[in-house]
Amino acid sequence: MTDQHLTAMHHSEVRVSVELQTPEMTLNLGPQHPSTHGVLRLVAKVNGEVITEVEPVIGYMHRGYEKLAEVRTYPQITALVNRIDWVSGFANEIPFMVATERLLELEVPARAQYIRLVLTEMARISSHLVFLSSFPLELGAATPLMHALRERERVLDLIEGVTGGRFHPNFNRVGGVKPAYGGGSSTKKMSQDLPAGFFDQTKAAMAKVEQVCDDMVNLVLGNEIFHQRTKGVGIIPRDKALEYGVSGPNLRASGVGFDLRQTGDYLPYADFDFEVPIGVNGDSYDRYWVRLEEIRQSARIVIQAIDGMPSGELQAKVPRIIKVPKGEVYVRAENPKGEMGYFVVSEGGRGPYRLKIRSASFSNLSVLPWLLPGHVIPDIIAVLGSLDFVLGDVDR
Amino acid sequence: MTDLLSNFWVVLGLKVLIVALVVPAIALGFIFAELKISAHMQSRIGPYFAGGRWGWAQPLADGVKFLQKEDLIPRDADRPVFKTAPAMMLMSAFAVLVIIPFGPRVIIRDLDVGIFYAIAVSSFATIAVLMAGWSSANKYSLIGGLRAGAQLIAYELPLILAVVGVVIHAGTMSMGGIVAAQSEPVFHISGVGIALPYILQGHFIGFGIFMVAALAELNRTPFDLPFAEQELVMGYLTEYSGLRFTMFFLAEYVGMFSMAAIASTLFLGGYYVPGVPTAMLDFVGPLVLLGKATLLVFVMIWLRWTFPRMRQDQLQVLAWKWLVPLGLINILVIATLKVVF
Repeated sequence: MTDQHLTAMHHSEVRVSVELQTPEMTLNLGPQHPSTHGVLRLVAKVNGEVITEVEPVIGYMHRGYEKLAEVRTYPQITALVNRIDWVSGFANEIPFMVATERLLELEVPARAQYIRLVLTEMARISSHLVFLSSFPLELGAATPLMHALRERERVLDLIEGVTGGRFHPNFNRVGGVKPAYGGGSSTKKMSQDLPAGFFDQTKAAMAKVEQVCDDMVNLVLGNEIFHQRTKGVGIIPRDKALEYGVSGPNLRASGVGFDLRQTGDYLPYADFDFEVPIGVNGDSYDRYWVRLEEIRQSARIVIQAIDGMPSGELQAKVPRIIKVPKGEVYVRAENPKGEMGYFVVSEGGRGPYRLKIRSASFSNLSVLPWLLPGHVIPDIIAVLGSLDFVLGDVDR
Repeated sequence: MTDLLSNFWVVLGLKVLIVALVVPAIALGFIFAELKISAHMQSRIGPYFAGGRWGWAQPLADGVKFLQKEDLIPRDADRPVFKTAPAMMLMSAFAVLVIIPFGPRVIIRDLDVGIFYAIAVSSFATIAVLMAGWSSANKYSLIGGLRAGAQLIAYELPLILAVVGVVIHAGTMSMGGIVAAQSEPVFHISGVGIALPYILQGHFIGFGIFMVAALAELNRTPFDLPFAEQELVMGYLTEYSGLRFTMFFLAEYVGMFSMAAIASTLFLGGYYVPGVPTAMLDFVGPLVLLGKATLLVFVMIWLRWTFPRMRQDQLQVLAWKWLVPLGLINILVIATLKVVF
């Protein structure tokens, strides 16, 4: 037993004396299990219900996106990248688009930037609403699921109204957010600006989202059983979080105030007024609280962006056939799940020579073998749920 | 006719027939209630619209779905045990109903040890869960079954301690006797005797302990660890399908009804309504008891759809550190008051 095991056992008030030790049992959680958010297999060695060792087995969802990107053109890759983390499809497109535009040295019009930002924040809200609903479900509370998903539908409807897609919007183009002038077709395309009534409906939806956050505070955060199940469970200390490359809300729950939106170099976040919620203990409770507060901040950003939406072009002047000059660039962005980065290497030509994707969930998952020993089986589920990963984002 | 009704076997047959018809009907009602209440809490669509008005077709659709499913038994399962477990579960749920008084004479058998019998028989359910968990040859089921065993040991004690308070107060273990004790006037206002159910006579701690322990005995949220869906993939139910699963399902609701009926008899005055003559109580009583039990079942459903699940160690802490001492204190206070007054 290492110190960390003892800490975990102390927090969960589980103590097993030496006389009560039972023969070790191997328990396979997954690949098909209701609480692993996809096809993840955890090979757990358990003593009674106490975990002694965990080995995550990943790769069941591997779709080879990095390799596929090498035989596709830049506009075609848009349709690949938004499928990586399907819960927040739109947010995945942004860093890749920004990387391509940097290689091309394109200036994206302000209105396009703002529309991207609004939709990114709405993707963040929709992703976090899934978390707000699925995490209590993993602890056995079924009602918050429906309440949060009801509001998520509203947000997805709005995203669909703008982009035409709910999960895979595929709305970004190199240089902006609408099809290039006449691009791809002989006839001139209709303008894909924001639909009528979008501003009012979005404001109403944001108010509803704030309301469902308040409901969650009453229904989930105020529940004594929820406190017992999450406080002190799955603590990731600050230094361990940094060591394992944990990012996003999970990192901020551990008390590290690191948010790529504050640098604002990929989208005009510098124009907006928002706070970055930071947790104290780094336990499952803090991870829930941080995401809840992030929804409120995202709603704030969306409303500010709608109020200050500039007019103008939706797309920069882009050649019909996009050829990217030689060079390489790494763009990273604050995605709902954490830091997502695209390293694009161009040898000149219509597609990248190499695309390396840094996905947040993979690094967040890597902390599990260190984190889980010492916890009991119900805590595995609580910790898995609180890390909020998507297997598509892990395996790519 | 009178001869026929005084024949023991004829009456027994009639009673069994009535129980076999009435109880599943009540259980169906509670299943529908669970669907409807959860639908209202969660904006579920099926129980709103299936079949048109009130979503009446939803339980039927669920029933047909269960009947259609293939009856699977795992290859490594202990077949006789695996097959017996659901029947055992259903039996224990039904057997409790023997001693529940629906009226002064509407009772299958008013045993002298009534409540003792009820608690003993209802614990059979946990043995059925253990059997199902052990015989399934599945690690999730095994963990679920063992959790159920631990839960039985932990919560049987508070349940009995809560009942002991009532037994001391009423001076009898017979269910009919306990209702009769609650129909005795406690005090008189201008010559009219006022009878109070035990919960209004200071038994609210006992009632609370009984309800919590009953929830744990029934494996209802927040104590549904033996089949924690998100952790153990339905635990001891994992390998059951079709009709056998339906039997477990039905037993859960029959168990809920019998536990709620026992709680209403012990603490809420049972079938007794003040002011109604005894001759009428045989007809009004069943409805009154059903109403009280339905209220308690509603609370159980409400809790189920609101609360997260506890963890095994927290469950044990609640039982041993809180409920057992509280139950003992409760007995002490009630016994003292009984001696003093």
